[in-house]
Amino acid sequence: MVDVVSYPIVAASLVFAAWALVMLVADRNPREWFVIGAGVIEVLLLVQAIVAVIIMIAGDGPADMALFISYLIFTLLLMPATLLWALVEKSRWGTGVLVFAALVVAALVVRLQDIWEGVPSVV
Amino acid sequence: MGAGRLLVAVYALFGVAATSRAVYQIVTRFDVAPVAYVLSACAAVVYVVATVALAKRSRAARWVASAAVTIELVGVLVIGTITATGAVNFPDDTVWSMYGRGYLFIPLVLPIAGLLWLRHISASPARGSGRDSSAGRG
Repeated sequence: MVDVVSYPIVAASLVFAAWALVMLVADRNPREWFVIGAGVIEVLLLVQAIVAVIIMIAGDGPADMALFISYLIFTLLLMPATLLWALVEKSRWGTGVLVFAALVVAALVVRLQDIWEGVPSVV
Repeated sequence: MGAGRLLVAVYALFGVAATSRAVYQIVTRFDVAPVAYVLSACAAVVYVVATVALAKRSRAARWVASAAVTIELVGVLVIGTITATGAVNFPDDTVWSMYGRGYLFIPLVLPIAGLLWLRHISASPARGSGRDSSAGRG
């Protein structure tokens, strides 16, 4: 798809996951930084979604567009939902939810790439 | 609830992912691999049941959770083994194929974590009896 947009998301979410993991181990809970970090990733995901939609409208989208769009929507909902969850659960396990979500975002963006390129593998 | 919250979050995510994937596969190309897709759908149902049961705290819920998580463990071990040894070759992967390799082996780790957690909470004193402190918070 648009590697220029996707790779920074993978990098950002991996960095965020690693940082949140450090916070988890140190048992610290810098909530405003969690919000900022998750917000940055979400903005990047939105940019990716907008770029993808524009390319699709231009008629150069993935073969399996329905699958791509459903993954895209799921990707956009993930961060806000898990951030909310993590803020409600104030213990270090709430931070664990963020670590997991950030790793899932990275995996999902790679999956989105595969679907876009039409790589045959697990749906 | 601490660690249980993380477990429920991961389960919830897996429930949503597995359910939508199974629905998609069954709707768009059921004829390609009917057995694999039905298996995926069953796995999805088990994840959703486990999610709900783990989120609740009653004794009945703990029972349901134990059953669901055990089914999951058996499922991933059986399907993992028959796919890894090549005894059965599904035309398409299920969540549990190759011990959940397509999902970073999370399907294998989750039920084990779930069982450990259930053992942990059943070993601790009855819930909701004033022990609901905010230990570990903040």
